[in-house]
Order: sequence, then C-alpha cells, then structure tokens
Amino acid sequence: MNVPIMADIMAQGKQPEVLFWVGAAGSYDDRAKKISRAFVKILAHSNVDFAVLGTEESSTGDAAKRAGNEFLFQMQAMMNIDVLNGYKVKKIVTCDPHSFNTLKNEYSSLGGKYEVFHHTQFIQNLISEGRLKIDDTLLKGKRVTFHDPCYLGRANNVYESPRDLIKRLGVNLTEMKRNKSSALCCGAGGAQMFKDAEKGDKEINVLRTEDALETNPEIIATGCPYCNTMMTDGIKFKEKEAEVVVKDIAELIAEANNL
Amino acid sequence: MHYLPNIFFALALAVGIGFFAMNIRKLFRNIKLGKDVNRTDKKSERIKNMLMIALGQSKMVKRPFSGFLHIIVYVGFIIINIEVLEIIIDGLFGTHRVFLGFLGNALYGFLIATFEILAVLVFVVVTIFWTRRNLSNIKRFLSKEMKGWPKRDGNIILYFEMVIMTLFLVMNASDTLFQQAGIGNPISQFIVPLFDGFSLASIHTIERTAWWFHILGILVFLNYLFYSKHLHILLAFPNTYFADLNPKGQFNNLESVTNEVKLMMDPDADPYAIPAEGTEEAVLGKFGASDVADLNWVQLLNAYTCTECGRCTSSCPASLTGKELSPRKIMMDTRDRLEEVGRNIDANKGTFVDDGKQLLNDYITPEELWACTSCNACLEECPVNIDPLSIIMDMRRYLVMEESAAPQELNSMMTNIENNGAPWQYSQQDRLNWTKEE
Repeated sequence: MNVPIMADIMAQGKQPEVLFWVGAAGSYDDRAKKISRAFVKILAHSNVDFAVLGTEESSTGDAAKRAGNEFLFQMQAMMNIDVLNGYKVKKIVTCDPHSFNTLKNEYSSLGGKYEVFHHTQFIQNLISEGRLKIDDTLLKGKRVTFHDPCYLGRANNVYESPRDLIKRLGVNLTEMKRNKSSALCCGAGGAQMFKDAEKGDKEINVLRTEDALETNPEIIATGCPYCNTMMTDGIKFKEKEAEVVVKDIAELIAEANNL
Repeated sequence: MHYLPNIFFALALAVGIGFFAMNIRKLFRNIKLGKDVNRTDKKSERIKNMLMIALGQSKMVKRPFSGFLHIIVYVGFIIINIEVLEIIIDGLFGTHRVFLGFLGNALYGFLIATFEILAVLVFVVVTIFWTRRNLSNIKRFLSKEMKGWPKRDGNIILYFEMVIMTLFLVMNASDTLFQQAGIGNPISQFIVPLFDGFSLASIHTIERTAWWFHILGILVFLNYLFYSKHLHILLAFPNTYFADLNPKGQFNNLESVTNEVKLMMDPDADPYAIPAEGTEEAVLGKFGASDVADLNWVQLLNAYTCTECGRCTSSCPASLTGKELSPRKIMMDTRDRLEEVGRNIDANKGTFVDDGKQLLNDYITPEELWACTSCNACLEECPVNIDPLSIIMDMRRYLVMEESAAPQELNSMMTNIENNGAPWQYSQQDRLNWTKEE
C-alpha cells in the first residue's frame, strides 16, 4: 500500500493537502490497522494529496493526560507540535476521536494550531466537493446501528457527519435508545482501555453492546478504534459474532465502493 | 401597643434576612478558598447560557416528565413570591392587601387568582415529587449517597413547599372581606366551608395565624437553603454563567506543568538556576487536587449548586455498571468537605487549622476516581452545567503526579508512551508496518 511519508514529500519540496494522523491504535492494533488502510484507500480513490508522519508520529498524550499524567501529556504534545510545526502542517485528519479531540482542542494553547478533522467529517467534505461518491448498492438494506464515540459526540458535538455517511450507504439505520448526546460510553475512554475495570456488576462494553443488539443490527458502525475494540469484545461476549459485525464507517465506505 | 405587630414583623424580617446574608457571606468566603480561574470572557455567550439554561430550564426538559413538573414548581414559586412583596409592605406598615388599592379589583383579583391556581399546581407537583422520592422505585433517588440526611433534606424541602402553599390558600380563605369581594379566590373559596360555624373572631385569628406563619415560613425556608441542597434556586444562575465554554472534550492544560516542561525541553536552560522570588516557579504549588482548596472556585460553586437530582449518576457508565463512582457523590463530597473546612475556619478565628483530613481518601476514594471513563455524560446531563469530571481529573492528577499512585496497568501504559511513544510496547520504528500488511 502506497502511503506517502511527510519527510519524503518535504524532501521533494512539496506540501501535502492534509496530514493523516494515524494514531497509536491505527498504527499498532491489528483491528484498527484495517481502519487505517480502509481510510487510505478512500483518500487515494479520491485523489487526496496526503502524507503520514510515520516513525516521527508519537502518542498525542491523550491517554496519559486522562490518566492524570499532565507532565507526560505536555511532553508528548510539545514534541509532536515541534514536528508538526516543523513541517508547517495546517490540516490534519484522523480516524481516532481521541487524537482528534487532543490535536484540535488541547494542542492550541501549547503552540499547535491546526485545522483538525475526524475522518467522517473529512469524507463528508470529499463528497460535497464532488471528489468521492459512495456506492449505495452493495450494502443496500443492511440493518445498521451507530455507536457515538464520546470524544466525537459529547466532547465535540459531531453527531451528524457519521450519520450522513451511513445514510449514503443505502442501509437501514436504526438508532439505539441512548444515542447522540445521551449515548452510553463504550468503556474505553479516560485511559480505561489500558486497565481492568473497577469492581462492579457488569462491564460497560457489555451494557453498550446490549443497547446495540436491541436494534437487531447486522452491522454496528463506529468511528473510533477503541469503541471498535470494545464493541467487538462485547459481541464476542454475547456470542453474536456469527450475526453481527463491528465496522468503522471508513471500512463500510471502502467496502461499498469496492476499494 | 398598636405598633407591636409591625415592630415584631420588622424584627423578624431583619433577623431572617440578616442571618441569611451572614451565611451567604460565609458561602462566598468558602467558594473563594478555591484557586483562581478566569471565566470573564465571552460575556454575551455566558449571559445567553444563563438565560437559556437557568432561567429557561432548557436542559431540564431533556427528561420531559420531571422537567415539565419542575417548571411548574419553578414558575409557580417565582410568581407566587410577588405576593411576598405585598405581605412585607402590609407587615411593615400595618396595611392590609395594600396592592388592592393600587391595582384595582380586576387586576388584583386576576393576580391573586393566578397565584392561587399556581399554589394548587405547585402543591400537586410537590406531592408527585414526594411520591417519586419515597414510594416509587426510581434508582437515582435510592443510591447509597442518598441515605440519611440527603433523603431527609429532599423531603423537608417538599414539606416546606406544601405547608407554604397551604398557608397561602388558608390565608385567603379565612380573609372574610376578600372572600366577600369574590375576586381572585378560584381555589380558596372551596376552603371557606371548612370554617362554617366559626365565629368571625376565630376566622380572623385563623387568617392572622396563616398570614404570619406564611411569611415566617418563607423566612425560615430562605435560611434553610444554606443548610440544604436547595441553594440551586439561587446558584443555578451564577453557575451557568461561569461554566466552562470550551468543548467538553477539552481539558485544561496545567500552566505550572507547561513551565516545567518547557524548562526541561529547553537545551539552554540552567536546571540549577534558582527561580526569582515571587515568580510562578518559586511558588509552585502541588499538582492536581487532594483537597477543596486545590480546586478552582467554579468547581466549589458547582458543589454548592448541586441539588442532588442524580441525573449525572443515572447516566454515568461507571454507576450504571455497579462501580463505586457516582458523579453526584463527587459533588456532595466536595461540598461536605468544603463546609467542614469552613466550620474549621469559623472555629479558629478565620484561619484553617489542619484537621488531618482531606477530600481525597477521607471523602473520595481512588477506586471511585479510577472508574471514570471521562465520557462527559455527567456534564451533558446536568441541568445547571455542573462539571464533576474536572474534579475527578484534578484528583487523578494529584494521585499520579504527587503520589505516583496510578493503577499498575496505567503505569505500564505511561512507561510505554515515554519509551516508545505509544501506549503499548511496540517500537516506534514499526509505526508504518500497517501499510505493509493486508
């Protein structure tokens, strides 16, 4: 897969249109890597001039900050800002709502001011600019429900971009009882992804998976690699792998367009 | 002798309002124990929030049933209190229904009729609220932190409202001249038959008694606010005005840390330089919060504003799955500790004497703090924009940066970020491997 790297592009004296911030999950997690590849296919298909930082990318520090380690967060932030500003990056797109939130909201007061997009917003723009058309035949009629990632929804009020894309796939979208600003967390945020849950009577991802299963879906769509992991685990726990799949919206679009 | 009731009234009014004012000063002092935070920007947006959320109750109706009922009590209580103005004038100057003369029969009758109808509505709704709290199985009213005083407090407030509304109607019903005039008594006329066979003198006594208990009840209720969860009727306004306007996902960047990190990353900095006296580095406090004075004043205002409705807790993923964390308890604990600190200051002539306690551990346990997913549901649900999440985060910061007391798995995660720039143990050199797989 051809993925341009920022250092090479700059060496050629060029400046890409947008930087794709892959994020730790998108780079290392086997499930999330598929999302990164699906998104790159969409970018390439839409002739977007993009690049990634590659080995120069480092954790945004979101998990460290939310675990209480402000030192580590700010060290990461300043390192990343040095790199980003060094490449004169103006526009960033990412498939990870946590990176989206941190880059967009928490880097600016530390000297990193960028226009940051979640990939669903970016794809929406590609469509409105006429650079991408979603084929609505392949997934037509599939029963889909959408799980709002907290860091996209409540944290940044992005509720419509993912839904707009899902509707363009020609699928049947059924909302969960808790949706948009009332959506229930998948259980991964606030650094929970990296630790066991405290003692309780249920796992959060199981509760959220039950919300999703109530809509009798064939596909649970998400827009976050961590939500994806949590919901996938929930489906396994409920032994529904045969009937329900968890997919990122980028994957659904790549699939629908046969990319 | 003739002026005795007027003098007594003026005295009661002065004591009632004076005592309340004294307590409000204490409340301001306690809130000011918090750290400074600037919330004076974007005034028009702040005013808009206050008008929409506090005055307009826009977030209350997100739960339509309780929201609608709350609006009835809220509107009823505010409008009926116009009547208090008349009572105060009557009480001070010995007049009787002084507004009747100014407004004329029609307008005065319309006003009092409106108050009477609202009074009945408030009474009915308050009874529904009492039923919801005491007889229904609504989970958010049954949580652990609601046992004992918080539950009693909620009920006392409802009883106050029932009694004050009843006294208002009885006062009108036993006002013989008012009933004879037949203006503005759509409800109280049905109470009149209760007094059948009473002498005029005893009906007059009932009227005076109801009148006095009504106004004294209001003064007592006013003073009860300070000791109860009911301060939200006043503090909802400043609380929504001063609330954070940034996107909910944006957590503040600690400035003291920024300075340290810049120093660390600056190759020219002299690590042994002694910071000039009075500069921020010289007066560097602790990182994060372990007690109420480490929080900022808006967080403390939040604590006083919380009316313990529990909408936060009933939408918190940790609470919903049986974890110890309850965002409402975070707010209640913060207020309880703040009041304890306030009493300590009162008892020690204006200075706080270390009592060996703090918000962390003595009130809020690390187990609660580590159960939070930072999902922002609590902020989203709060009808008056209280932010329990920022308190949780500030306390996590203290645990991690001052006490290195993060759960072991999080320490590993942070070590990984430090060493390889990712929360997992993968080499930074492998960051592009995903492009080579299929």
